[in-house]
Amino acid sequence: MATGAQTKQVVEEIEPFEAAQEIEGGDVVLIDTREPHEFQESRIEGGKLVPPGLLADEIAAAAPDKSARTILYCRSGNRSYKAAEQMEAMGYTDVASMAGGILLWQEQGLPVVATDGMTPEQRDRYSRHTLLPEVGVEGQLKMLDAKVLLLGAGGLGAPTALYLAAAGIGTIGLVDDDVVDASNLQRQVIHNTERIGTPKTTSARLTIEALNPDVQVVEHQLRLNAENILELIEPYDVIVDGADNFPTRYLLNDASVRLRKPVVSASILSFDGQISTFVPYEGPCYRCLYPTPPPAELAPSCSANGVLGVMAGTMGTLQANEVLKLVIGIGEPLVGRLLLYEALGTRFTELKVRRDPECPICGENAEEIPESDMGQFPDYDAFCSG
Amino acid sequence: MATVRIPPVLRPQTGGEPEVQAEGADVGEVLRSLTAAHPGTEEQLFGDDGDLNRYVNVYLNDEDVRVLDGLATKVSEGDTVVILPAMAGGS
Repeated sequence: MATGAQTKQVVEEIEPFEAAQEIEGGDVVLIDTREPHEFQESRIEGGKLVPPGLLADEIAAAAPDKSARTILYCRSGNRSYKAAEQMEAMGYTDVASMAGGILLWQEQGLPVVATDGMTPEQRDRYSRHTLLPEVGVEGQLKMLDAKVLLLGAGGLGAPTALYLAAAGIGTIGLVDDDVVDASNLQRQVIHNTERIGTPKTTSARLTIEALNPDVQVVEHQLRLNAENILELIEPYDVIVDGADNFPTRYLLNDASVRLRKPVVSASILSFDGQISTFVPYEGPCYRCLYPTPPPAELAPSCSANGVLGVMAGTMGTLQANEVLKLVIGIGEPLVGRLLLYEALGTRFTELKVRRDPECPICGENAEEIPESDMGQFPDYDAFCSG
Repeated sequence: MATVRIPPVLRPQTGGEPEVQAEGADVGEVLRSLTAAHPGTEEQLFGDDGDLNRYVNVYLNDEDVRVLDGLATKVSEGDTVVILPAMAGGS
């Protein structure tokens, strides 16, 4: 038999309406010879994706029967024609290329499967996400639909918010009652020099809006307390704890366990960072890990302490990573695990954290505490204001 | 000989060292070796009753000693003891 190189085969080309009739009649293998991101945007129902560069490897799986009627299409008809030539050279005997591709198909009013609810701008913006099989359009839509609350628009909150915004988290709430100070700018990369004196929530909102118009930013310019926390966190799917003081951390823990909200919690000090993800009743809570806060002299957040600026970036982006996994529902979040990072040695250490059966908040015999007791330690008065 | 990881808040008491070596057959002995060599760590680790302070977590390798045998947890050559107080810094 002559090979394709010796005898120039003329590939059969068919018009979109002919292809549509054949497809409707059944017994047709329909191959989409475009790239994955084009396939994700819209495709003809039943089309199997075999990108041109992978044809030699993947066509046998998509079209195992070389004598079966096979129709190829691409965007405008060029790539499918070449692919059909290639397939004929491989021994396929009944291959046709659809002239004009899916463009002409659509012009003629034939139906396509719109695979997502994204705009063309969004498909472009998030294409590096949707190309990941683990994320895909479905995962991106989950992100666009997600509501994430950040406690603190400071060191940890700044990089976390930037990456969540870039990723297309649809609603980002920011809780902070502080204004931007020059001493923040060594690490709080969401703010800038011109914003000194501006409320941090406002400064962060301006940066996020310039980065990604898909994100709705909700400013909560306040301090959390037992009276406002439940109402505040209730609308959100995931809470990110970058608080700078213990009272807020325990308060958030008690409220988030009550409302069963997952919390991604990190902290930084000098060259050290910690991060864990607390999913109520699936894993331990913050009080299981730290039953009581340290006394004031061992709680360095109470006074000015140094921190290498990039520590905020390292731990903040790890927080963003945890949030995205929780939102999309992929991977293994840091549930029941505490990850320590020590920057001078560039060393990560992972520790196991277990649920404490005696935990007063999520333990076996824990009873619901009154709201006024949330975040409280009856015998502990060394809480500083942070 | 075990390696003891020192948290930032205790490093002023260990001359800034993030890790020290300490002898001991169990976790309690290792920590006592540490407090003997660096007395400043004593009151931050142990209460007046001689027990570990409640706000200090201690891990043998990656496991919390509270779910092992506490201070009596046996330590083998080359093990790592991690001292971990809560940290709240985020801003």
